[in-house]
Amino acid sequence: MATTYYRSLFPRDLFAEIDSLQREMQQALGLGPSIRGFTRGFPALNVGGTPGSLEIYAFAPGIDPASIDVQVEKGMLTIAGERKAVEVPEAATVHIGERFAGTFRRVLPLPDDIDSNAVEGSYRDGVLHVRIQRREEAQPRRITIH
Amino acid sequence: MNDNTAVTRTSEAAHREGALLPPVDVIEDARGIILYADLPGVPKEKLNLQVEDNSLIISGDLALDMPEGMEASHADVSQPRYRRVFTLSRDLDLEQASAEFANGELTLRIPKAAHAQPRRIEVRAA
Repeated sequence: MATTYYRSLFPRDLFAEIDSLQREMQQALGLGPSIRGFTRGFPALNVGGTPGSLEIYAFAPGIDPASIDVQVEKGMLTIAGERKAVEVPEAATVHIGERFAGTFRRVLPLPDDIDSNAVEGSYRDGVLHVRIQRREEAQPRRITIH
Repeated sequence: MNDNTAVTRTSEAAHREGALLPPVDVIEDARGIILYADLPGVPKEKLNLQVEDNSLIISGDLALDMPEGMEASHADVSQPRYRRVFTLSRDLDLEQASAEFANGELTLRIPKAAHAQPRRIEVRAA
């Protein structure tokens, strides 16, 4: 990624150059693997599932976990809160200001088979992890054939 | 010498595999520069701050607590690592730099070298 901004004067090899060109194009089209600007909203979300649970990861660095509001209601998961901007001392210059600051709210529609009473949340390394159990009757069962 | 080669290779490999660009804030005042970077999902022991030649390399590997057999259905964060390189300038004193990393938020303070501290030059009437 670094070559997007800081080009080396002497190209390493052709493949590396093609690779970096491709990344630059992806970046320009907004397809790049970039977290920058959080174009899809803050916090960035990863969602996954197992047969027994739904796993949601919200990338919300530098926030007091107690101040994050997580709600499951009407088939929706809402994650809301506020991230304070860093203090800029007087007579200081801001050279780059990319990080998100302000209030945020992200809403995620949930599948039908979840149990809205079995939700647990944890916060580690700036990631809020919400685990929602699926309802037992909805879990796949293996039927033994006699 | 050998160590140096190894470092170069690792960073090359990381570069090829692709990495997320962590968003940063860079603030400068008379005393120095403060760089804040967001690297959520990176535990402290997986954060790497390196100075190579005239560059500062910030990198880190994500370590999410994922249950076995989890299938991802949506991923805003689609790479397992972060990486970003900054070119440093000579007026910064890296020997005196200090870093804190908590809750996925890096705070790096790099003071200006003593010779680069602003000095007021008095102008006297001739």
